[in-house]
Amino acid sequence: MIDTLAILAIFSGLFFFLSGSIGLLRLPDLFTRLHALAKADNVGLALVALGVIILEPAVINGIKIVIIWLLVMAASAISSHLVARHALRENRKDD
Amino acid sequence: MIELLWSIFDITLVLLLLTLAWTTCSTQDVKRAVTLFIAMGLLLAIVWARLKAPDLALAEAVIGAGISGALLLSAIKDYPATTMVSHRSSLIEGIINSLTLALTILMSWAVWHGLNMSDGIRLSEQVFSQLPVSGVSNPVTAVLLNYRAYDTLLELAVVLTAVLTVLTLNEKRADYESSSPLLQGMTRWLVPLLVVTSGYLLWVGAHAPGGAFQAGAMLAAAMILLQLAYPSRRPEFNNYLLKILLVIGIFTFVLVGLWMMSLNDDFLAFTPAWAGTLILIIETAATVSIATALTLAYLGGRPRGWEGTGREDTNRTSRSITENGGAG
Repeated sequence: MIDTLAILAIFSGLFFFLSGSIGLLRLPDLFTRLHALAKADNVGLALVALGVIILEPAVINGIKIVIIWLLVMAASAISSHLVARHALRENRKDD
Repeated sequence: MIELLWSIFDITLVLLLLTLAWTTCSTQDVKRAVTLFIAMGLLLAIVWARLKAPDLALAEAVIGAGISGALLLSAIKDYPATTMVSHRSSLIEGIINSLTLALTILMSWAVWHGLNMSDGIRLSEQVFSQLPVSGVSNPVTAVLLNYRAYDTLLELAVVLTAVLTVLTLNEKRADYESSSPLLQGMTRWLVPLLVVTSGYLLWVGAHAPGGAFQAGAMLAAAMILLQLAYPSRRPEFNNYLLKILLVIGIFTFVLVGLWMMSLNDDFLAFTPAWAGTLILIIETAATVSIATALTLAYLGGRPRGWEGTGREDTNRTSRSITENGGAG
């Protein structure tokens, strides 16, 4: 039961990663691509992390995984913001 | 079933690594090459982790992908967006290719030979047999700072020489004009975290993966982040202190080595009872020096007021500030 739950979480996480990657390849411009990537990474990683925590018996390792998720989420949000900000400024320079 | 999945994972990993390595070398756009190189470094870290070499994985992730990536990105910063990799003549290209091929064949032969060699001296057994008297319980740290401490001393010398060359060649690169408040906000809680992690890596190196190079690189990453987030805030570097920090690693290393030579007749031959403490002292000093060196390398040259000492130094500093103020 527990294992099924974990596998379900991990695979739904992978689905988000997949759709994020497809979005990165298929969407028309930088901003929509960033949108797809950041959203998919956050939710996808959260679900994968959740699955791994369920499978991992040691509580301390679970806490570590949560910290990793929080750090990646912060880094992903900030870097998306920085890329978008840079792109906006470049656009303005062109005008 | 599990083995099969791991094999698929490993094969995919190797194929991805080779593809990334190839595209890094073959792409014509400099920025793209650097980005691909960073991605390749991260993938390589996973490969090291799969080979059960967590020390190398850490070093590759922090230094290979992180710091080298930052150095390369800052080096190409002033290039125009469409800079292309210069073309080499076909003769030189042919020579490089055949040399690389020869090297690959030689190394493959060496690996193959090493794997199939049944008898002979296995170094790992010797490492483990001497571990109790090495002062640490992490075999990698034992090799790096006890058995082959001389090599590590020379590595530090290489880092120092490289940075001294950078300092000789250039003034510090121009800063970015502005930074995002969000980045500043993140930096405020990320930098303390990086400093603590660096201290942890330094301390944990004695019995688990970690050590001076990883810790120093992480500290340098914190400095680079500060520089990126607060480009307009110009700290008054105390250059005298900076110079001391730059050489304190090698200085401590040599000092300990000479001290041990006076006791045990051999350079860097540690007395087993003190080895743990001595290694920690050396690693702490080395961490500081590596962090300083990598930060200065990222800045790309001398900070203001690097030359000269004392009163002259402060004069130069204030003058360059006025110049910068006038220009900005």
